[in-house]
Amino acid sequence: MKISPPAPIEAGTIEDDFPFLGDVIFLDSAATSQMPVPVRAFMSEHYELGASNVHRGVYDWSVRATDRFEDTRKKVASLIGADDACECIFTSGTTDSLNMIAQSWGETNIQEGDSIVVTLMEHHSNLLPWMQLAERKRAKLIWWDVDDNGNLALEQLPEILAAQPKLVALTWVSNVLGTINPIEKIVPQLKEHGATVVLDGAQGVPHLRCDVKKLGADFLTFSAHKMLGPTGVGVLWGRREILESMPPCRFGGSMILSVRQDRVLWAALPHKFEGGTPNISGVHGLGAAIDYLNSIGMDNVRKHEIDLITYAFERLGRVQGLKIYGPADPNLRSGVMSFDFRGIHPHDLATLIGRENICVRAGHHCCQPLMRKWGRQGTTRASFYIYNNTRDVDALAVALEKAGEVFKDVIR
Amino acid sequence: MDITADDDLYKAIILEHYARPPHKGPLLGHTHYDEGINPSCGDEIELFIKIADDTVEEVNFDGVGCSICLASASILTNVLRGKSVAEAKLFREAFKKWITVREPEPCPVDLDELEALGGVRNYPVRLKCALLAWETFEGALRKQSEN
Repeated sequence: MKISPPAPIEAGTIEDDFPFLGDVIFLDSAATSQMPVPVRAFMSEHYELGASNVHRGVYDWSVRATDRFEDTRKKVASLIGADDACECIFTSGTTDSLNMIAQSWGETNIQEGDSIVVTLMEHHSNLLPWMQLAERKRAKLIWWDVDDNGNLALEQLPEILAAQPKLVALTWVSNVLGTINPIEKIVPQLKEHGATVVLDGAQGVPHLRCDVKKLGADFLTFSAHKMLGPTGVGVLWGRREILESMPPCRFGGSMILSVRQDRVLWAALPHKFEGGTPNISGVHGLGAAIDYLNSIGMDNVRKHEIDLITYAFERLGRVQGLKIYGPADPNLRSGVMSFDFRGIHPHDLATLIGRENICVRAGHHCCQPLMRKWGRQGTTRASFYIYNNTRDVDALAVALEKAGEVFKDVIR
Repeated sequence: MDITADDDLYKAIILEHYARPPHKGPLLGHTHYDEGINPSCGDEIELFIKIADDTVEEVNFDGVGCSICLASASILTNVLRGKSVAEAKLFREAFKKWITVREPEPCPVDLDELEALGGVRNYPVRLKCALLAWETFEGALRKQSEN
């Protein structure tokens, strides 16, 4: 039976699509985003209409599950500007994607004495796999510094190029500072000097128009749950020639061409890297989330974010004793806003803000080396997405003032 | 719930210990030491304990953390001072049990200033903050006995 493809998911009103946001102001989308009702509904169909594994069955349910799975791959490719959908590998998330690169590409290509560059603004997931790899291989780890304004220290670039690193692990957008790194400017220089570039897109792809050809990196990783999709699904994009040269690193079902007692042939891309039954409904959900974002338009997603950042700087700027980290120019940053408020510890501040039904993040944001450099244990972080508005910023400002009242007698 | 002046969590005594801890900083001649880290927020506590004749003669803490974490550590330095090691251990267990149960029960020991931390019960994610110094205390005793 021929199953016609479902119509793309479209965005409705915020009230209809995110009904649970009624009383809650959610300002923690950099940690995980909310899922619109139509995305959830589409995801659930995998179970509601009859579940099946992918790539195996010949019956209708399996055809449907597989079609939607592979359709998502095409949507991912289109979203990030990849010409070849086979370059898009489904993983369990950004962390998984980065670990796979380290295990497969890293194990094969990094040798003793090689240099690996990581930046001080990396999330631990784009840091620890490389620190571990460097230790295993006795490679040299070079830290790319962050300046006091929260920008990558570009004056260090000549030194980094001179070290001729084999690998540079770099985030597109900082999950702490909101800084959008000048990828298109940096990456060509790194590549000219022989580096392979791993770009962590977890905070970039959900918010910015993405074109892997312009970004120029060799790998791009991101997670579905930060872009209106479910947890447990992510993407590892890599250039075809590099992926083809890499050995598989998840051995099991689906990733082979043939297995004999004396010989194994690996499957072609992308299946070589997709051993085992994947998160099928989750991948369907990612496809629906991409539809949803496309129906809004990534340029509009970004414009909404810039508007909110602009408003937040203006409104929160009037709150006495508030210091926002990272670039002040909304065009150079994302809607991730870390701040300090009158020295109140982030956990205390987040608790007090939480009482006003406002969800913010407190802590080191999995970025401890940066926190240590700044002599801090953490920050309080508010982050915006499509469902936030200026009223949310107003509410945050009011909650901050109230929190300040509780701590007004505490001079530290 | 609104933020009010008479706060259920941030009681005056907590904020006072947070702002002006009486026994903060390294302690010379300590016999027991440990450090505690709360990995979720990065808070770090050091405890310096001087035990002689099976009695906690002095305790100091140092470190960085939220008001709940540091106030709890500061109160610890007050309430454990002068207790025998056995009493201190019992105290720690009683406090931990008292603060962890959802419905407060009468505590078998005199909690003194620690009563002020009862509000943490309404904020389960902050329990770790309130208990970090106490876990560190246990760690310090255990470390010593292992040596």
